[in-house]
Amino acid sequence: MSKLSIRNFNLYYDDFHALKDINMEIGEKEITAFIGPSGCGKSSLLKSLNRMNDLVEGCSINGEVLLDGKNIYDKDVDVNTLRKRIGMVFQKPNPFPMSIYDNIAYGPRTHNINNKARLDEIVEKSLRGAAIWDEVKDDLKKNALRLSGGQQQRICIARALAVEPEILLMDEPTSALDPISTSKIESLVQELKDKYTIIIVTHNMQQATRVSDKTAFFLSGEVIEFNDTDTLFSIPKDKRTEDYITGRFG
Amino acid sequence: MRSHFDNELEILNNELIKMGSLVESKIEDSIKALINRDTALAKEIMTRDDEVDDMEKAIENRCLQLIIRHHPVASDLRLISSILKMITDLERIGDQAADIAEISLLLADQEYIKELRDIPKMAEATIKMLKNSIDAFVNKSLDLAHEVIAFDDVVDDLFDIVKDDLIDFINRDIKYGEQAINFIMIAKYLERIGDHAQNIAEWVVFSITGVHHSN
Repeated sequence: MSKLSIRNFNLYYDDFHALKDINMEIGEKEITAFIGPSGCGKSSLLKSLNRMNDLVEGCSINGEVLLDGKNIYDKDVDVNTLRKRIGMVFQKPNPFPMSIYDNIAYGPRTHNINNKARLDEIVEKSLRGAAIWDEVKDDLKKNALRLSGGQQQRICIARALAVEPEILLMDEPTSALDPISTSKIESLVQELKDKYTIIIVTHNMQQATRVSDKTAFFLSGEVIEFNDTDTLFSIPKDKRTEDYITGRFG
Repeated sequence: MRSHFDNELEILNNELIKMGSLVESKIEDSIKALINRDTALAKEIMTRDDEVDDMEKAIENRCLQLIIRHHPVASDLRLISSILKMITDLERIGDQAADIAEISLLLADQEYIKELRDIPKMAEATIKMLKNSIDAFVNKSLDLAHEVIAFDDVVDDLFDIVKDDLIDFINRDIKYGEQAINFIMIAKYLERIGDHAQNIAEWVVFSITGVHHSN
């Protein structure tokens, strides 16, 4: 069974029909890339997957997003629990203005984990998981804002991992980073795949080919093509996909 | 960016066409040298080999630069990777034409044991295959590419005819042996040229469809 099933999903910003009848099955422990020109709906769909769109004024949806078979838009779903299961990493690193340790412990604390030994364990495990432990282990009290952009982004990934999510949503996680930091995040994404289902929005086509198993190409609110990444980038079925990935438009 | 890339692809196409016609003329001339016992032409063909090698290097270099600069995907990547494979086949054809010229030098001062009939036919057939494979590439014609692939059987059949004929000569009198072996080598080179032209046509199919004949 798919980890996430998106069924006949539509999203509107007031009158604007931003996502049109999306149907997609996301497999467990797979990396799925969303690509497409600006305004095509890929970030809107990503945000819909952990109900970040609830916060957007004028936004309405219909259709279903099933997480392990249960619609996340059902009335009895607790959004905080949902966001614990489906974490998110944003385009710009956004660590909280506090120590590295407190950044990572923040999530677990909100879920009532206050035992020092348990928190220490979570902090180490998460920082290791985000491939930044060795760089910060001797200075966990340092303010996270004093780290480099690439390190801050890995802190944000560690912070997302700290609540042990099942799915990680990444919205252009490397677009603000230099090539070396980008490469570190990409390697990390590959490693995280053993434990997590990952969906990554990217404007970088090479990044999609490097990190993802499946790729969905979005255009004007529709999924034009969704296929194995290797196939989509070598023999795309739809001419619009071909034209976009070869740089003929977009 | 895309228009710059398209220009570069256009140049690449033109260079491939140029390399194709150069190699085509080498086959033509090698058979001419054989028929007319033209040692000067045969020697010239052998020296022309560097020209083909240089073109292969230049095209290969251009392909690699395009890959580095433009990270091609989909049909662009298939096109460039097909060209990289095709130039290897073209280079091999060039070598085989030079090999034929070299043998023609050995035969130049000898009375031929038979009138050359099927070998020129083979040469004509392989030239047609090569020309059509390049045309199929330029015009993105699947039909023509498949025609080339099928036509290889004609060349193979001609090779069998030439081989049987020469075996007859050897059986008749062993003094024909040396020349018969030289002719059979020429026929074998032509048969291989047909195979390389077929390979080129298969890469044309791949660049258009994404599916290679061998899969």
